[in-house]
Amino acid sequence: MTVLDHRHLAAVPGWLPGATGPRSDPAPLLPDAAPVRVLGTPAVEKTDPELLRELYRRLVVGRRYNQQATTLTKQGRLAVYPASTGQEACQVAAALALREQDWLFPSYRDTLAVVARGVDPLEALTLLRGNAHTGYDPKATRTAPLCTPLATQAPHAVGLAHAARLAGDPVVALAMLGDGGTSEGDFHEALNFAAVLHAPVVFLVQNNGYAISVPLTQQSAAPTLAHKAVGYGIPGRLVDGNDAAAMHAVLTEAVERARSGGGPTLVEALTYRVEAHTNADDATRYREEGEVTAWAGHDPILLMERHLGAAGLLDEKLVRESAEEAEALAARMREEFHTDAVLDPMSLFAHVYAEPTPQLREQADQLAAELAAEAEVHNR
Amino acid sequence: MTTATPVRGARTSSMAQALNAALRDSMQADPTVHVLGEDVGQLGGVFRITDGLTRDFGADRCLDTPLAEAGILGTAVGMAMYGLRPVVEMQFDAFAYPAMEQLFSHVAKMRNRTAGRLPLPITIRIPYGGGIGGVEHHSDSSEAYYTHTPGLHVVTPATVADAYGLLRSSIASDDPVVFLEPKRLYWGKTEWDPAVPTEPIGKAVLRRTGRSAVLITYGPSLPVCLEAAEAAQAEGWDLAVLDLRSLVPFDEQTVCEVVRSLGRAVVVHEAGGFGGAGAEIAARVTEKCFHHLAAPVLRVTGFDIPFPPPMLEHHHLPGVDRILDAVARLQWED
Ligand SMILES: Cc1ncc(C[n+]2csc(CCOP(=O)(O)OP(=O)(O)O)c2C)c(N)n1
Repeated sequence: MTVLDHRHLAAVPGWLPGATGPRSDPAPLLPDAAPVRVLGTPAVEKTDPELLRELYRRLVVGRRYNQQATTLTKQGRLAVYPASTGQEACQVAAALALREQDWLFPSYRDTLAVVARGVDPLEALTLLRGNAHTGYDPKATRTAPLCTPLATQAPHAVGLAHAARLAGDPVVALAMLGDGGTSEGDFHEALNFAAVLHAPVVFLVQNNGYAISVPLTQQSAAPTLAHKAVGYGIPGRLVDGNDAAAMHAVLTEAVERARSGGGPTLVEALTYRVEAHTNADDATRYREEGEVTAWAGHDPILLMERHLGAAGLLDEKLVRESAEEAEALAARMREEFHTDAVLDPMSLFAHVYAEPTPQLREQADQLAAELAAEAEVHNR
Repeated sequence: MTTATPVRGARTSSMAQALNAALRDSMQADPTVHVLGEDVGQLGGVFRITDGLTRDFGADRCLDTPLAEAGILGTAVGMAMYGLRPVVEMQFDAFAYPAMEQLFSHVAKMRNRTAGRLPLPITIRIPYGGGIGGVEHHSDSSEAYYTHTPGLHVVTPATVADAYGLLRSSIASDDPVVFLEPKRLYWGKTEWDPAVPTEPIGKAVLRRTGRSAVLITYGPSLPVCLEAAEAAQAEGWDLAVLDLRSLVPFDEQTVCEVVRSLGRAVVVHEAGGFGGAGAEIAARVTEKCFHHLAAPVLRVTGFDIPFPPPMLEHHHLPGVDRILDAVARLQWED
């Protein structure tokens, strides 16, 4: 029996009435048989050329951001950087599919989505630089903190979406996670809650092949990760994660479906992690270089360039302006991170509670005294 | 039960290598020892503690699991129920938290719930603590959660030889052991000999004798205390340094002997002080040694804050100066 043949108990003749009554129609739950593609298919004709040019520009700027941040780790200017090189289409589309009032729940690899959402590119790096936990104001941009413990942000997205719906607000939450994250209990609980609450939430799984060293085949035995939606009673979509137009189309559809009361969707984007897991990882221990080279032929920028070129949409102005914007951003990053930021050690006590406890006040005094003593020695 | 049968002689190595040797030798000596966790196979773990185990013992003995801590520990429970000795790796301190339900509700209680019929010989290795510049959720010191949970042993080595000896004993233990690895000590090399057994779990070891006061510590804070003791000589203080090595069982006898003989004690650890392991130690020492104390038992700990970002962590972690400040407050005029 395949998923396609799945029937609800309610459809079984003679099944008893009661709480296990008819639920949803299984038909909309079917995952796409093949990943959705737009670039290089007739569907691209229906896509707004300006959107495609906008996606191109953001891909180019995003790639440069990834490169510059990776370089900064090599110079010791960032504590760590999990690059999304090669995954820029997922990142950019995630941000562009949302409206201003929507919320993004990113994982640690999604800095670029956070930037595409409107967070200042340098503030988005504060955590990874090592200066503070979350550099940006989550409320100002409706972007939750970059989440390090895997899949734990997924239930948050469900709760926020649920609350917004209770308030009557047309707000959608988008939770981003990796293929490895789909093994965590929190992922499954989030899908189930979202389904039962019919919450306006979209889950985007960037399947980039590996969870650190573990390939997807050792992570999940499901035919696709999109299939995981079926057991929870929500639609699952499979999409080419390197096709920015397809990513944008599928995510926009899922987001607007959620907004109009259609409930949650799980989107699996097939993509590839070009760099090692982080700068601290040695990818040669678990994968062949040939694999990386093979994916280079399916690079998101390459795919977009190919289409724009063929369609006569890639004019010199767009190329030049995108490259200039990318270089300007990279220069800003180099400039800002060239020197160590001046941090206030007393900030350690600033936001533990709304009102510091008496014990914390005492500890703050202790640190202040230590710093004063140090300064005195220094000035002598 | 696994017996410590070291296979190679004296060497100079890092703590990471000693832990690898302990896993290797335990697996060699006892076919029921199985290692499982995230990235422990092909990659050898993100800290390379399980390096080469899959190659040498096969993927069944050293298993790359799906990414799910509750699943990993829960599976280990079942494996132990069927006669295996699982050694679980949690990738970083705070990433063990999804497994707490399994740890608190099952691992810690199975022996008790089954009147001794289902003991669980599971070792849970957790790299812990700060000092390596890790971002959020990579530097927690969570020992107090574990020590507060009856049924768990809580062990933490501070030397290369102990990393080997204590891990072998933990794996051989018929009870679950939370094995806390001070990750900032992973890479420092010293000479040690696996053939020379270290003291058993539950025995504290005096790492430095002294006549003025004792610093009571464990894990990542041991080298800091030894450094402080050196520096204290300039002030005329001769400090002893006691390494607890295991928090549960707690070596009350040795601790009290030392405190009674010196009359002054400072407990040092990097986790926050409130409700921390140091609070227990200070209270216990006060109860048992009150009439021998010349000063209150002081604590030097991290602040009671979420672990700070890397660029500020040195303000949080107790260093030599903070320890010496405490020693200075030990009412020397008495
Ligand atoms: C609960 C938890 N366990 C372990 C980790 C350590 N860890 C960080 S990233 C990672 C791999 C994640 O892989 P995946 O979800 O596929 O995302 P990707 O890094 O490929 O984007 C692991 C195991 C973590 N961050 N959180």
